[in-house]
Amino acid sequence: MSHVDGNALAGDLREIFAVDLTVATGQCSGCGYKGPVASLRVYQNAPGIVARCPHCDEVVLRLVRGRDRAWLDLRGTVSLEIPLP
Amino acid sequence: MAFGAPLASTDTMPIVSPGFTGRRQSPDVQLPPGQYLAEDFPVLTAGPTPRVTTDRWQFTINTEAGQRYDWSWQQLMELPAEKITTDIHCVTKWSKLGTRWKGVSLDVLLEDVETAADYALVQSYGGYTTNLPLEDLVDGQAWVAYRYDGDELTPEHGGPARLLVPHLYFWKSAKWVRGIQLLLEDEPGFWESAGYHDYGDPWREQRYQGD
Repeated sequence: MSHVDGNALAGDLREIFAVDLTVATGQCSGCGYKGPVASLRVYQNAPGIVARCPHCDEVVLRLVRGRDRAWLDLRGTVSLEIPLP
Repeated sequence: MAFGAPLASTDTMPIVSPGFTGRRQSPDVQLPPGQYLAEDFPVLTAGPTPRVTTDRWQFTINTEAGQRYDWSWQQLMELPAEKITTDIHCVTKWSKLGTRWKGVSLDVLLEDVETAADYALVQSYGGYTTNLPLEDLVDGQAWVAYRYDGDELTPEHGGPARLLVPHLYFWKSAKWVRGIQLLLEDEPGFWESAGYHDYGDPWREQRYQGD
């Protein structure tokens, strides 16, 4: 198995967002699956981080880290429901 | 030379690069800036590995005018093939020298294709895409490769066939290639739309947008 679960996104997303996004509920634009970001299938042995829907394998999140910038592509995500403290 | 990126060959010894400060390189090996020498062949993947059998495999070139050119595996095997020995450079900073491939030149595949396109969007089984100027696919710069180091290309490395464009960062050498869409206007691919450089010349260290 070449992927790990969405908890692997925690560190990189924490660097960008003030809250822990792995507990947010995301909706896949491919199949409509709703589930926690932590349930995504994450591929890290790549030029960036690719998170795929555990239901249909659609790419729901891509994160590329440059030297002084990060690119977060969420076109595969319909929405994120984020619990707030 | 155009883009300052000589097509590497082990036939000629590279010149010494005294300013290079990477790790693990021999003193007589010149690598693009920021690269280190890999002894193994790392496997990078953005998703599940597609398993495409050669009886189902097809390669398609679609033109900007909607014309379609198809090749089955059998038809690909009947085309003249070349043996290529080249250095490859991954944007994740490893380089591998003197890799040996066999494949069909894009010059052969594009020979009868009528097009006014300037750009190509390469498409793979599994949904991966990458873009590059059409001029970087011709004149002996690119191949559909189906053998590596004397063996069939394994699925992990893009088999049954992958694109090989060694003068650009290796993400342009799309694994599991299934076709090329020819375009009048540039259209960013999978990594190019997520922060990576549109062109990706390793000798100019074009890793990210703005480099």
